[in-house]
Parts: sequence; structure tokens; C-alpha cells
Amino acid sequence: MRLDRLQNGLWHLIRYGLIVGIGFIILYPLLRQISFAVMHPDDLFDLTVNWIPRNITKINFQVAWEMLDYSKALINTLGVTLLLGTLELASTMIIGYGFARWRYPGSNLVFGLVILSIIIPPQMVMVPLFLNFRYFDLFGLLPEPGVNLIGSFWPMVLMALTGTAKRSGLFIFITRNFFRGMSTSLEEAAYVDGAGHLKTFLRIMLPNATPIAVIVFLFSFVWHWNDLFYTDLFLQGRNLLQIALLRINSQFNYPWANKAVEGTYIQLVNNAGMLLYILPVLFLYAFLQRYFIESIEKTGLVG
Amino acid sequence: MRRSRRLSLKTQKSLLGLLFTLPFILGFGAFLAWPFIQSIIFSVSKLTIVPTGYVLDFVGLQNYRHALLVDAKFRQVFMETVVTMAARIPVILVFSFFAANLLNQRFPGRTLARVIFFLPVVMGAEITLKMQQADYMQQAMSLSESGLIPLRVIRESLVSLKLPLAFVNFIFEAINQVPVIIRSSGIQILIFLAALQSIPRSLYEAADMEGATAWESFWKITFPLISPLMLVNVVYTIVDSFTAPDNRLLELIQETAWAGAGFGVSTAMSWFYFSIIVVILAITGFFAGRGVHYET
Repeated sequence: MRLDRLQNGLWHLIRYGLIVGIGFIILYPLLRQISFAVMHPDDLFDLTVNWIPRNITKINFQVAWEMLDYSKALINTLGVTLLLGTLELASTMIIGYGFARWRYPGSNLVFGLVILSIIIPPQMVMVPLFLNFRYFDLFGLLPEPGVNLIGSFWPMVLMALTGTAKRSGLFIFITRNFFRGMSTSLEEAAYVDGAGHLKTFLRIMLPNATPIAVIVFLFSFVWHWNDLFYTDLFLQGRNLLQIALLRINSQFNYPWANKAVEGTYIQLVNNAGMLLYILPVLFLYAFLQRYFIESIEKTGLVG
Repeated sequence: MRRSRRLSLKTQKSLLGLLFTLPFILGFGAFLAWPFIQSIIFSVSKLTIVPTGYVLDFVGLQNYRHALLVDAKFRQVFMETVVTMAARIPVILVFSFFAANLLNQRFPGRTLARVIFFLPVVMGAEITLKMQQADYMQQAMSLSESGLIPLRVIRESLVSLKLPLAFVNFIFEAINQVPVIIRSSGIQILIFLAALQSIPRSLYEAADMEGATAWESFWKITFPLISPLMLVNVVYTIVDSFTAPDNRLLELIQETAWAGAGFGVSTAMSWFYFSIIVVILAITGFFAGRGVHYET
């Protein structure tokens, strides 16, 4: 009996040790980030300062704020991300519903292509894709040099609309599974009452698919927000947070800094900038973590 | 006349299916299949940018030869990447399964633990990596060097114990990978956790009544019931690690395209890479597929 309790207690201790340890490793970059972001430049060369700065300052945030043109860039990034998230949600819901409800000759093959689209690394088609959008001729319909779509939102909008944007294949897979798990009796009732297919989809099926729609939208939003690859490829020169952050290192000529402040100072600003960039997503996660964590159970992927 | 206007129910359904999935078919054709074919063409051509677009000259396998024989870094980076990634896959699977079991137990603070464990899913490996790369200070003080774990001292003492150097290197390489592995297991933990929660309690109770130990019921109940998701996780992990942002080969491919030997060589490199991914997927899919237990 006593041995049992000892064993139990020991296991509890080990478990907490493991969880705290793993949690620390996960939070480590973020904690480091916060520590550097509030650190005064003087503390950088103070050997006694490792984690907790002696002088806490908000100057790094102010500099980063101005260098990123934060309020404007934030609104731009938010706008683009909301737009792409909404488009990706709409397209993957429609496509997933199509795969779940109707078969046609070759539909299995096309669904296989959805899976294939998940596993092709985007770097594979990066060069041709870039050139196709650089000299976009709508497959020979427009005159010779074509239109330059690089720097506009069209490449990403077109890809989101057609279910080929970042991880769209995964979303199509999830929505298809969800709709397949839904009973067809609702639709049959709607058809008997004289509703058309489109009306049935919009009025009956979509409202019932809200849980999955929330998940697709949240993940799409977060992944688009975090995306550096496509943004860097297609939206160069735009006033977006991602672009500004990538630039921050190269063009550090802020008038404030020409005194004795050395190159290391940029690192502090960089940290503050990174924090400003991920802050919206962290907020979103803090309030909606339930949806993220329960997501897989609702997708119908499991049992 | 009337018959031809009204389509049969079957044709109608086919057309509807086609209509709803048409966006994907178009998108796949335009933004994946066609660029995919183009990348084959590019890999055997020399691409020059001219004012009206670009021209391609057929050069045969020269780009492939360049990637393999001329490029100073490609072979080494290729081997390193494939080995690191392949070694990472089983570790991620085991870890995420272990973590899912941990998070499935009841203990105070479980919600907080889950929130932290899934943070990498939201924060994205790309961002975390950029955070670290942007900071040479941070690199200098990275976990292994921060004084929390005096790895260098341990390493030196192990070497002085006359342990085989390869063995010591392997252990330390594994330790270095720990943060990466933990941070790239988020989705897999989610999937395993959901699978664990879907197993009916009654099965364990019945096994307990029959006198099965926890060890036995793990292997006879838990393992077979989550094995279908094991396959999902295997595939997800492979794809995810081969497109991971800390992948040095993908970096090299991008670098070669924009600032190195050009688009042709870059696409040739990505073709080498893609073939190896397909081979690994096929092999693991074959073996994992056999071990899966399907409930009928």
C-alpha cells in the first residue's frame, strides 16, 4: 500500500518534470525574444545580464514600430490574411463538398491529385510559378510579354480561389471527410421541399458545417499570417509585416542610431519587431486555443 | 427532344461533382501540374531572361551533371539533409506518441500544458527559425550553451573516457535535435491525442476485469486502435520534415535559383530531391500500411 503511494507520487513528480522541461524548450525562443525585446542596449555588454535585463525599456519597440511602419503594415497584413483565409475557406468547402457528395468518372483520380498537392514541396514549382506570374498571359490569351502579376495580390488570390494555396490540399481532405460523415437525410429533405443543389449547399449544409469552417478558417489565417515563402516570392515591395521584417536587417539607417550604438543594437530591434509580428497570432491563440486543440477531433479524421 | 434535355440522374450527379470540384481541377492544372511539367523542361534547358520574357535552349542533362559534379555544396548538403530528415521521422513519431499519452492523463494544469505543447502549430516553425537565425546573440547563447546544461563539459569528459567518438557525436547530434523535434511534433500530438480519446473506456475496463496488466492492454488495445492514424502521422511527418523551413537543401535550391548557377540547375536539384521523397514515402507507406489494423 505504502509502496503503491510512493510509486504514484514518484510518477507524478517525473511527469511534471517532463512536462515542464518540454514546455520550457517550446517556450524558450519566445522567452528569449521577450527578454531581448525589453533589454536596454547597455545591458547587451553587461556580462551579469543573461535573462532579466537590468534596465527595462520600450525603446526597442518604438524603433521597431517605426521601422516596420507598424500600424499601416499591420492593417495591410491583416487585410491580406483575412482575404486569403476567406477565399481559401470558401474554395475548400465547395471542393470538399463536391468530393464528398458526388462521384464522376475519374473523381477518385482527382482526389488523388489533392493528396499529391499536399506532398509536392512548393520549392519544386517555385521557379516556373514565379515566371508564369511574371509573364502572365492567361495561357496564351493575352499578347506576347504578358502581364506582370508579381507584386500584386493576384497570384495568391488565384491560388486561394482554386484550392492550391498553402496547405489547401489538407483543408480539402478535412472538409471532404467532414461532409462525408454528415447524413444525407438533411439534403434529401431539402430536395423534397424543392430546394436546388446550390441553395441546399448554402442554406442547409454550410450552417451545419460551422465547426469545421471555423477550424479551416483559423488554421488558414494563422498559416497565411506566418507564411514567408509565398509572400516573399510574390509580394516583394509591398508594405507587409513579413516583408518589412525581412528587410529590417539590411536597411538599418535609423537616425537615432548613428551615435555610438553598434550593429548589435539591430538585434534588439529585430526581436521587438518579431514580437510585434507574432503578437496578433498569439492573442488569437490565447482566446481561441480551444478551437485549435479540439480541431482534430472535429475533423472526422479520427473514428 | 424532351429526353435529351433532361439528363439522367447519374449524369446530373456527375456534372454536379465536376462543377463543385472544377476550381481545384483548374488550379491544379495551372498552378501545380503545368509548373511541374515546366520544371522538367527547365531542368534540361538553359534559361535566359529577355525583354519579352524568357527563352529556353535545350542542353540535355547538363544541369543534372552540374548539380552533381560541379556544384561544390550540393552532394554534401543533399546527403546530410536526407539523412537528418530520415532520422528525424521515427523520433518525431515516438515522441509525439509519448507526449500524447502524457497529455491524455488527468493532472492539474493539463489545459495549460496542452496550450503550450500546441503553440508551435500556431507560431510556425518558419517564424521560430527566423527568430533564431536573425539573432547571432541568441545562437551564441542557444540552449546547449546557456549554462543550464554544460554540454561541452559533458562531451569532453565522455571523449576522455575513451568512448568511441562516433558514438559520442551521435548522442550529441541527437541532443541538438531535441528542440527541433519537440517543436515539429505539434500536429502529430494533436492527431494521436484525438485518437487516444476516441478509444472507448469500456475496452480497458473489460481488459482489467480479465486480469490484463497496463502493459498488455497498451499493446493489445491502444496500439492496434491507433495504428490507422500512425500511417496518417507517418505520411504527415515525412512531408512536413521534407518541406521544413530549416531544411538546408531547400535553402540551397532557392539560393541557386536566384543567386547561383541559375534556374536550370536549381530545378535539376529539386528533381533529385523530389525523387528521394517519393522513394521514402513509397517505402514507409508500404511497411506502415502492412502494420495497420483496420476495424471492420
